[in-house]
Amino acid sequence: MFRRSEQDRRPQVQIFVDGVAVAARQGDTVSAALLASGRDARRSTAVSGAPRLPYCMMGVCFDCLVTIDGVGNRQGCLVPVAEGMQVEIQKGRREIGR
Amino acid sequence: MSVAPKREDYDVVVIGAGPAGLAATATSAEAGLTTLLLDENIGPGGQVFRAISSTPVTDRNQLGADYWVGADLVQALRASNAEVIHRATVWSLDRNLDIAVSTGGASAFVKAKRVILATGALERPFPIPGWTLPGVMTAGAAQTMLKSSGLVPDGRTVIAGQGPLLWLLAAQILRLGGRIDRILDTTERRNYFAALPHAFAFLTSPYFTKGLVMMREVKAKVQVVSGVTELSASGEGQLASVSYVAGGKRETIPADLLLLHQGVVPNVNLAMAAGIEHRWDDLQLCWSPVLDAGGNSSVAGIAVAGDGAGIGGANAAVVRGRIAARAAVEALAPAAAAKLATMAALRSDLAKAERGRPFLDTLFRPASQFRIPSDDTIVCRCEEVTAKDVLDSVAIGATGPNQLKAYRRTGMGPCQGRLCGLTVTELMAQARGKTPQEIGYYRLRAPVKPITLAELAAVPKTEDDVKAVVRG
Amino acid sequence: MRIEYDVAVVGGGLLGSAIAWGLGRLGKSVAVLDEGDITKRASRANFALVWVQSKGLGMPAYTIWTVQASQAWGRLAFELKQQTGLDVALQQNGGFHLTLGEDEFGQRTELVKRMHNQTGAADYKMEMLSASEVKKSLPLIGPEVSGGSYCPLDGHVNSLRTFRAFHTGFKAFGIDYFPERPVSAIGKSGGEFRLTTPTGELRAAKIVLAAGNANQALAPMVGLYAPMGPTRGQVVVTERTMPFLPHPLTTIRQTDEGTVMIGDSKEDELDDRTLKPPISGVMADRAQRMFPHLSRLNVVRSWSGIRVMPQDGFPIYDQSETHPGAFVACCHSGVTLASNHAFEIARMVAQGALEPELVGAFSASRFGRAGAANDSGY
Repeated sequence: MFRRSEQDRRPQVQIFVDGVAVAARQGDTVSAALLASGRDARRSTAVSGAPRLPYCMMGVCFDCLVTIDGVGNRQGCLVPVAEGMQVEIQKGRREIGR
Repeated sequence: MSVAPKREDYDVVVIGAGPAGLAATATSAEAGLTTLLLDENIGPGGQVFRAISSTPVTDRNQLGADYWVGADLVQALRASNAEVIHRATVWSLDRNLDIAVSTGGASAFVKAKRVILATGALERPFPIPGWTLPGVMTAGAAQTMLKSSGLVPDGRTVIAGQGPLLWLLAAQILRLGGRIDRILDTTERRNYFAALPHAFAFLTSPYFTKGLVMMREVKAKVQVVSGVTELSASGEGQLASVSYVAGGKRETIPADLLLLHQGVVPNVNLAMAAGIEHRWDDLQLCWSPVLDAGGNSSVAGIAVAGDGAGIGGANAAVVRGRIAARAAVEALAPAAAAKLATMAALRSDLAKAERGRPFLDTLFRPASQFRIPSDDTIVCRCEEVTAKDVLDSVAIGATGPNQLKAYRRTGMGPCQGRLCGLTVTELMAQARGKTPQEIGYYRLRAPVKPITLAELAAVPKTEDDVKAVVRG
Repeated sequence: MRIEYDVAVVGGGLLGSAIAWGLGRLGKSVAVLDEGDITKRASRANFALVWVQSKGLGMPAYTIWTVQASQAWGRLAFELKQQTGLDVALQQNGGFHLTLGEDEFGQRTELVKRMHNQTGAADYKMEMLSASEVKKSLPLIGPEVSGGSYCPLDGHVNSLRTFRAFHTGFKAFGIDYFPERPVSAIGKSGGEFRLTTPTGELRAAKIVLAAGNANQALAPMVGLYAPMGPTRGQVVVTERTMPFLPHPLTTIRQTDEGTVMIGDSKEDELDDRTLKPPISGVMADRAQRMFPHLSRLNVVRSWSGIRVMPQDGFPIYDQSETHPGAFVACCHSGVTLASNHAFEIARMVAQGALEPELVGAFSASRFGRAGAANDSGY
């Protein structure tokens, strides 16, 4: 859906998405990194299970909700990636203790 | 990485580091007031100057000269001694000017003598059939990715809607080598005539030439369909095609990405939760705070600047930020105000910056079918409530957004009404034959952004607070 | 618009709606006069418990009335489902009141003892359980939980959906619902009640005042008395999470949608537009001490509401001596007692007289006696 511009010289950052290594860039938000990765990053909603991807990328729509380092329902569009970060695509309601 | 505020009390707390917030903070701090700037994003700039200090897009022509103006504002901020905290989410502001802010998973509580809200704008909801499908995003979302991560669309991409930002985004995508298959312009033809009386002011405003050049640049490379009167997205669990009607003819085109935009509206949640009075703006079709000439709201000590005060664009936002800061300086340190630009000069700057705005507002007033959906189109994305659900509720007695919440949970999800509020007000107004002002808006309360229970639990409390809760 | 009704119900909240729905169910022609979008509505600011334990200390009749309501709720939920297709998610598998620390446990034990010693109260089981006993039913409790009281009759319901079901049911029963028509004056002439509203007069043979705390002002217009003592309560609501709480608690419940509601405060403050974050903080702190895993959940909303509260905490049901056909009903527990309102109170209003053996104890004449204290269990 998206590709990176050739002029992007930012250093690489490795994150893990559902356990798979994904190359991101320093300064990416988790949502941007997911969309750039080309992986299926669709979450499913807590209400009907409908698939969603980020809509606004500016912190207002909450369609970018994702589990980051074991904590569910984080706004992926507001959290910058960090080396070794564990990201999990969330399915449905947040799980207990996550 | 995130830090807590250094003090408990400030002369001025500015919320939001977009054009208005940057300008207000620098002005206030230069005048010697203790000033704290709180911003939710990773770096300064807000939406319009997003990633101004970190963008990987280094070719200055690609983002355009208007973008790089932001760098000067950031420089002025850094030259001042204002305290700046990013990734800071303000979740409560009340009439006593007590502020609760979440940074790095913990909340801090500060008190201000004056608060300047510069929470900016968000994109107007664009509730068409299929707008919740993966692959449908706002134009602003694409622009955010472009500015902050140098990402451009590379699948089959359709941009639909209207307004200056849409053309700017299209030009930026093309300059960075991204792909746009078609642009669907939803500007109503009759708006051109309605806007005519404002045309002279517009022709002599800076918007005119810039806009014209940009539209030419885009139209040379992309097929643009104007007069689009219907629009929908479809696909099974993922966007597959975009369907539209123009000139009475329906066409369906395959698409991987649909970018929607029909203007921006004030981001009112924090202001409303603080108890600031708002009114329905019939031209801009949104809620705007009721303000005096200094930007002061109905709550003593709280001013609103920038697009959150009514959409005026980045240049106007900068001036409004300076006006609000000057008003704060006049109130708290009158002697220091002498060093600042005079109110008269600032007002003249503002008039210049707002020149041409009525033309844009009238020309790009979104059509009712794109604001007021029908049938199974989702209105509330969080709780997945459709237009029909809303109308059914009106039929059994819901008179306004708050009764509707009771019936259908609209606005009760995590976005707290930001993506459905305007739609609900206008839909109910139409169904009941009332004005949006009569219908009203959700009653908003803290926390205006979600915080963890642990953070809330850590709020300082007294014996009396405990007694109010613990009982046999 | 029709101007003549068998009954006009003043107030379209849960209490007025339950009575109106019950009257419609009996074939009466009913009008419901309600306020608009912004008003102090306990119907959309309640904790949605269908609750028995600890209610009625100081008034055994209230315990009996509450137990009866709890037992009739299943029928109400069933009839609403039949009529409207809406499942109000009634769950009555017993509820807990958890205590933190030994002092609270001791106080609760005292209360349970006093409840059981009260003569004339309904015979229901409310017992103290140790922390380890509680843990068998609520495995996720934290180490600070010292135990709690349990009552098998307790439960909860989706109160907003119940409200919507009543209003949906109005249509089927031919009940006229008039929002944005607050009543400013009531007179009686020619054997009819005449109710003054901003958009004209409405006439009815009987009236039921079910306007919450506003009953205090309306009741004297028809020779009735409804002394109220409202308080404010705050509630915190989290995002949706997977089910973890199999029973409702006095201060924590998980809705059928998955959100967790955390209550509640009792404040001498009647502005429902504002909140006190420190009070929400106390509630949040207690909730995470009861269930430590909740600490990571996000709070998405909080609100305050004004309790409808008769001065001594017990319900008021009364009929006018001077204006026959005028009734007043107000109580704090509009959710718990909804079944009684829909079935019993509606039946009595339709008959034209309250039955002393069922609701005689709730007459406002009791306020003539001195020394009625608020000790109803809230």
